[in-house]
Amino acid sequence: MNSPTTGTFSVPARLLHWSMAIMVMSMLFIGIGMVATVSERHVWLLQLHKPLGIAILALVIVRLFVRWRYGTPALPSDLPPWQRAAAHLSHWMLYALMLAIPLIGWTMLSAGGYPVTLFSGVTLPDLVSPSATLYSALRFAHTWLALSLFAVILIHLAAALYHGLIRRDGVLASMTKGQKHP
Amino acid sequence: MILKTPPPLNTIFRFTVIGLVIAILATAFAYVGGWLDPGRLTPDRMINTLEDNAGVHEGYRRNHAKGYCVVGRFESNGNAVSLSRASVFETGRVSPVIGRLAIPGGDPHANDGMPPIRSFALQFQLPNDEQWRTAMNAMPVFPVSTPQAFWELLKASQPDSQSGKPDAAKMAAFFADHPETKPFLAWAKTAQRSSSFVNVEYNSLDAFRFIDADGTTQFVRWGLVPEAPFTSMTEAQKRDPDFLSKDLRERLNQGPQRWHLIVAVANPGDPTNDATLVWPEDRRQIDAGVVTIESAQAQADGPCRDINYDPLVLPDGIAGSDDPLLSARSAAYSESYNRRTREEAESATPSTQEPRS
Repeated sequence: MNSPTTGTFSVPARLLHWSMAIMVMSMLFIGIGMVATVSERHVWLLQLHKPLGIAILALVIVRLFVRWRYGTPALPSDLPPWQRAAAHLSHWMLYALMLAIPLIGWTMLSAGGYPVTLFSGVTLPDLVSPSATLYSALRFAHTWLALSLFAVILIHLAAALYHGLIRRDGVLASMTKGQKHP
Repeated sequence: MILKTPPPLNTIFRFTVIGLVIAILATAFAYVGGWLDPGRLTPDRMINTLEDNAGVHEGYRRNHAKGYCVVGRFESNGNAVSLSRASVFETGRVSPVIGRLAIPGGDPHANDGMPPIRSFALQFQLPNDEQWRTAMNAMPVFPVSTPQAFWELLKASQPDSQSGKPDAAKMAAFFADHPETKPFLAWAKTAQRSSSFVNVEYNSLDAFRFIDADGTTQFVRWGLVPEAPFTSMTEAQKRDPDFLSKDLRERLNQGPQRWHLIVAVANPGDPTNDATLVWPEDRRQIDAGVVTIESAQAQADGPCRDINYDPLVLPDGIAGSDDPLLSARSAAYSESYNRRTREEAESATPSTQEPRS
């Protein structure tokens, strides 16, 4: 997985990246919005939040497989070492958070004694038995990890635009158009 | 392709574009999260106002703080099967229930004789990890029809720091501005305080939808009608701030207590989004079965302690209505639950001690 198979991301990787980009951004806005209102929006956002979270959890597992199977293009050789390190660190943080936040959400609801209802009549099994102490810790983690994910996504987006607009080194294009690195 | 050295102005412009994209996203996020909108009624602000009124009692619910856990079962007689496909209504099904009997207000040491209202929350445990939770009140209507009006009512009823009582002028002004409170006020004026938790009728107040096996939807409200006959609070009870829990224990020592689950079905045009309005008496009513309560336990270590009686935790076959109070209850109860479970976790031992007796 260290040596790229092509100079661009594979088609499945690009499809997953852009569909998940929309899903994860929507999810973050849904999550922050649903706890900030007592209106009917609270209810329908919550109804979206749970199935969308499980979909993200499933897709991130597929995505890790695709990354392992197809690899990633190498970063430009003239990229400063700190930027190279930041790129790798932020990518692994994105994967870790996309995996952890839905799992914590599901476990948190189980710990709170709530049924984890995806759609009317479709309830996921409990991952743990009810515990207010565990619920409280996971509820706290769910929010703060989600806020961290939003921050890392903004950094990721700023870095992508930096590659696309300032360095113009083909890194952004490797995810948008599949152009080869120069 | 790589340009050699872009002109400095062009580079500044490009950095500005990047900065703007990030700033717009961050601002949109902050707006959706309510940080740029101090006037929005958020669950946080609703619970803060409850805390302003009653103080912070760590580990306790922020409203209906004083209560007792009860355990029993619901036996369905099958009469509601034609209305709802929820498994809880299958003929002969016995569902275990964990309930909570309480009085309104945020003070866990309140005097039982003060409020004219008692409340009954129930969680029905159903097959396939489904649950039905409902939080009912012993009154015919809710005072207001919107979350915003409820918030204003809470703020108007904030006790004065000197007298410990709400400001009468503020309360009068609120009720004058809110004519929808008239049915509630008319009831409250003549309401008799009951001698017991077990001899009053509890109502869902909010409307819900029942969905049958074919997907047909009907608007309903439900209530629990007691088998024990109503009697008023006695003079001796008036002097005991905890008479309701003592009465409950005595009655359960004599035997289980029973209520009938009565479902009222709306006619087309009946108000489903306004809990201040009763439906006409002649609406179709169905006795869906019997709730039997066998035992009670203090909430400090009882099975109801860590249950959030969110009225929108519903099984397949029951759904919310267009009543705006439902989403607000769901959102605010959740915030109350988050705060009290956190306090419970931090204090290592449950902080919900039994009220003084």
